[in-house]
Amino acid sequence: MIPRPFEYHAPQTLPDALGLLRQFGDEAKLLAGGHSLLPMMKLRFAQPGHLIDLGGIAELKGIRQDGNSLLIGAMTTENEIIWSQLLQTKCPLLVEGARQISDPQVRYKGTIGGDIAHGDPGNDHPALMLALAASFALRGAGGERVVPADGFFIGTYETAMKPDEIMTQVRIPVPAQGAGYCYAKLKRKTGDFAAAAAAVVLHLKGGRVQEVRIALTNVGPTPLRATEAEALLRGNRPDDAIILQAARLAMSVCAPSADQRGDAEYKTAMAGEMTIRALTTARQRAA
Amino acid sequence: MAKKQAVSFKLNGKDVDVVVEPRELLIHTLREKLQHTGPHIGCETSHCGACTVDLNAMSVKSCTVLTVQCEGACVLTIEGFAQSGELHALQESFHLDHALQCGYCTPGMITRAYRLLKENPNPTEEEIRYWMAGNLCRCTGYQNIVKAVQSAARKLSSAAAA
Repeated sequence: MIPRPFEYHAPQTLPDALGLLRQFGDEAKLLAGGHSLLPMMKLRFAQPGHLIDLGGIAELKGIRQDGNSLLIGAMTTENEIIWSQLLQTKCPLLVEGARQISDPQVRYKGTIGGDIAHGDPGNDHPALMLALAASFALRGAGGERVVPADGFFIGTYETAMKPDEIMTQVRIPVPAQGAGYCYAKLKRKTGDFAAAAAAVVLHLKGGRVQEVRIALTNVGPTPLRATEAEALLRGNRPDDAIILQAARLAMSVCAPSADQRGDAEYKTAMAGEMTIRALTTARQRAA
Repeated sequence: MAKKQAVSFKLNGKDVDVVVEPRELLIHTLREKLQHTGPHIGCETSHCGACTVDLNAMSVKSCTVLTVQCEGACVLTIEGFAQSGELHALQESFHLDHALQCGYCTPGMITRAYRLLKENPNPTEEEIRYWMAGNLCRCTGYQNIVKAVQSAARKLSSAAAA
């Protein structure tokens, strides 16, 4: 399993990487952690003529807080996210999600930006980003633009990124103190993608749902927001009965394709179950 | 065919230089060009962990890393563990605790456990199972592998305290 021949480029700065991307256009692919792209190249599903490795660009790494935003460099790895004191304190949902991605070796290499930009609905960060109301900084020839996660995911392997753009940063508004959260993921074994998963952020006020965001992994061509389920919960006490109704509404937006993880009916049912578990855990955790 | 590239890195403390096509995977360079056949090819699809090596203080699956990505890197393989004929604590524990049967997964297991103990010198059983989950063993049922990592952890921390 050897990829087709290609030329390898290791730019050390973002302008150099953008220049290479402009120069080679459709022929080029960006290499982040390489744990989606290299396997695809080994299977010859992807056959780029030029590989532009972003691994040497220091400004694409790192996690910090700026005012009310958490700023995560696109080339930050999953293990760096898991070990970040700042994220453990300010955004434990992201840590909980990253801990459920693949296996330890993959998490040393896999990056948050690669996971998002790949546009694979089986990846976990896309739904986490929808639940956290994140946005993405994209740099292209014409400068930088910031695109919200809502609307970024267009189809399988298709995002709002233009071919000449590089994702540089993930921006997450710091969730309010006391927000409940959970990423509930069903997978058959370590390293597998989710059969279904649900990401939830829940704000309670006086025992009622002030705000809630629910997003689902791998039950459609893109990650899915369960907006009707969210609307049902808002303003109400999140008791078991309404959580069950919300899960049914979440199931109604699912359109999974059948594969070795199960048929569409099973995956839809599991998305409902993951929604129930994520909402129940988030309710326990909410102050 | 794409032009070959010269790549220099440290392998088990020694400088090595290789000339590779950009598409060459690290596992092939190690095994075929540098005669380091300790890291094994199990699945070649980044699932099994038999090809695990330590690259710049990270455990990685060398079937999913390009050799050209290793310019200037420090690579450690199982061949670098024993020092002057003395087994590393992990090798000794895997032997004494019967943590292997066929041995195919063992170089990857030990290399991964090495990095785990560097990061967490005294892991619980749960932590060992979670942080070793990228290495598959089809013989042992993992029980003795967990025990071996625990006894190596004890040996290494008492050696560090001495």
